Amino acid sequence: MEFGGINPVILIASLMVAAVPIMLAALGELVVEKSGVLNLGVEGMMIVGAICGFITAVQTGSPVMGFLGGAVGGAALSLVFAFLTQVLLANQVATGLALTLFGLGFASLMGQGYNGIKPPPTLSVPMGPLADIPALGPILFDHDWMVYMSIALVAVVWWVLKATRLGLIIRAVGESHEAAHALGYKVNRIRLGCIAFGGAMAGLGGAYVSLVRVPQWVDGITAGAGWIALAIVVFASWRPWRVLIGAYLFGGITVLQLNLQAAGSAIPVEYLSMSPYLITILVLVIMSSGRGRAALNAPASLGQNFHAAR
Amino acid sequence: MLRRTLMTTAALGLGLALTGGAALAAGMDHVKACFVYVGPIGDGGWTYQHHQGALAVQEAFGDKVEVQWQESVPEGADAERVLTQMALGGCNIIFTTSFGYMDPTNAVAAKFPDVKFEHATGFMRNSENVSTYNARFYEGRAVQGTIAGRMTKSNKIGYIASFPIPEVVMGINSYYLHAKKVNPDVELSVVWAYTWFDPAKEADAAKALIDQGVDVIASHTDSTAPLAEAAKTNGAVIGFGQASDMAEYKDGPRVSSIIDNWAPYYVKRVGALLDGSYAQADAWEGIAGGEVGIGEITAAVPAEVKAEAEAMRDAIAAGTYHPFTGPINKQDGSAWLAEGQTAPDGDLLGMDFYVEGITGDIPK
Repeated sequence: MEFGGINPVILIASLMVAAVPIMLAALGELVVEKSGVLNLGVEGMMIVGAICGFITAVQTGSPVMGFLGGAVGGAALSLVFAFLTQVLLANQVATGLALTLFGLGFASLMGQGYNGIKPPPTLSVPMGPLADIPALGPILFDHDWMVYMSIALVAVVWWVLKATRLGLIIRAVGESHEAAHALGYKVNRIRLGCIAFGGAMAGLGGAYVSLVRVPQWVDGITAGAGWIALAIVVFASWRPWRVLIGAYLFGGITVLQLNLQAAGSAIPVEYLSMSPYLITILVLVIMSSGRGRAALNAPASLGQNFHAAR
Repeated sequence: MLRRTLMTTAALGLGLALTGGAALAAGMDHVKACFVYVGPIGDGGWTYQHHQGALAVQEAFGDKVEVQWQESVPEGADAERVLTQMALGGCNIIFTTSFGYMDPTNAVAAKFPDVKFEHATGFMRNSENVSTYNARFYEGRAVQGTIAGRMTKSNKIGYIASFPIPEVVMGINSYYLHAKKVNPDVELSVVWAYTWFDPAKEADAAKALIDQGVDVIASHTDSTAPLAEAAKTNGAVIGFGQASDMAEYKDGPRVSSIIDNWAPYYVKRVGALLDGSYAQADAWEGIAGGEVGIGEITAAVPAEVKAEAEAMRDAIAAGTYHPFTGPINKQDGSAWLAEGQTAPDGDLLGMDFYVEGITGDIPK
């Protein structure tokens, strides 16, 4: 079964892989923003996660340790942001941008001497005969474990935010930090935890780029994925499952446009290249046109620092 | 303040240029050579090779030369700022190492007549202090095309293109012509990545080609990502090192490579500035001049194919064979080169058409 020379099964299977880094980073940022903090340093945390994960994986020979290292690296960098914005009450937008610039340079410094090394391979999860089922096999049962993990994490974040006490507290802090404070919640500490979680997720996404997607280290490897992750959070109007849809849509169109080119499609390349961004804009317009519901769903205290005066 | 400094320096430069002609001809005691890179040195490809050239200059002249460089300079207005900064900072010769620096290089060169500018892969020399240099990469593509045509089992070969400029189109045409010559059934898929350096996108482009059944991939982007992607297929897909040897993939998909060797040119030009023999130039060397190297052809390639590719390389080096030798038609079927005619350099440098047999259009 083919459409215009493109096999949809292979296309879906590759878009699921292409979407993992932006999905993980966006999911982390979603939790951060739900707690009322705007961290624009996703790109910086991703690339630090990419190099930390790469170094750990090369040194230990284990991709699992690599992903762990990536998460720790991303979280460590995010704590710099947390210290500046939650303790010293620095402006979040400026600090986030600085974090990205710092992360890019710092990752490049750490990566000296790691060019041209191949990390240990992350293999597909062996699913036995399941992977041989036509159509469903390649889509559902022939991926590495991070692909399944990323989907599981979406479910976990959704469940925690929606159905647990912890989720309620995070949302309360993000909607009205004054009220949450009055109830006795430690606003800045809760936010610090969320920022560290967001950093760890961005680091995981970065590690996926350097360990699976482009299995090697080169400077500037994330190439703007962090910014796309930030856009997807807004696109998803702060809802976890929509993050999954947004990441798959964006990853899918990116993969599709390259596939269309390779298949010799008659559509001019320029239109294909701009299509992911065009569709992002279109969906944003459509979603926010519904009586401003998307805007209403933004956490009310987003981007505001909290200082406990009383 | 800055403008005043700039004007003073420009005026000073003008004065130097008028009075210093004789001094320049007598050479210089100390040269500050500056390099502008489009990507990070750690890209393992294009910029890495330029930096090797810069290091070779330092090695060759020791403390008579000071080398300075800046990485990841965007093509455009930023490049103009960087160049101005370098010229004001005392650079005597500035190498701008990407096609997109063409306009900034010429614009800044006009303001600093006493500084020498060398622009890689361009063709614009608006003032006397601008030289251009390039390498005949299409010669290397001819060797790659021969290997690709012989090695493909699916008869589908791929090319990851960067930007639609003559340099890249030349490479695509040469690659296709020589694959077609040894394998008339071969089909070429071109993917335009619109980037010189974006490893994730390059990997995606390689994956898209592999998904389409392509089993030999050549790339015109700067990183090793396409090879890393090909390596995931366990030998089903092969590729080539681009700009640098990329020897770390030798036991995997990399069967040969095009190696840019800028060191001889850089050493020659800085040396000329030191001894006073420097003159404006338009250099375009190939395999014969040593600027284009063909990396070792690995054991994955059968011996007879390897011999054929090496014969091609040697014929080009000896000047007995030109990769664009007629009869060659353009894509629309109109005649370009007649029987036995070789392509004039002017045609190549302005190449904006595919040769007959390639499907698809070049983005405008």
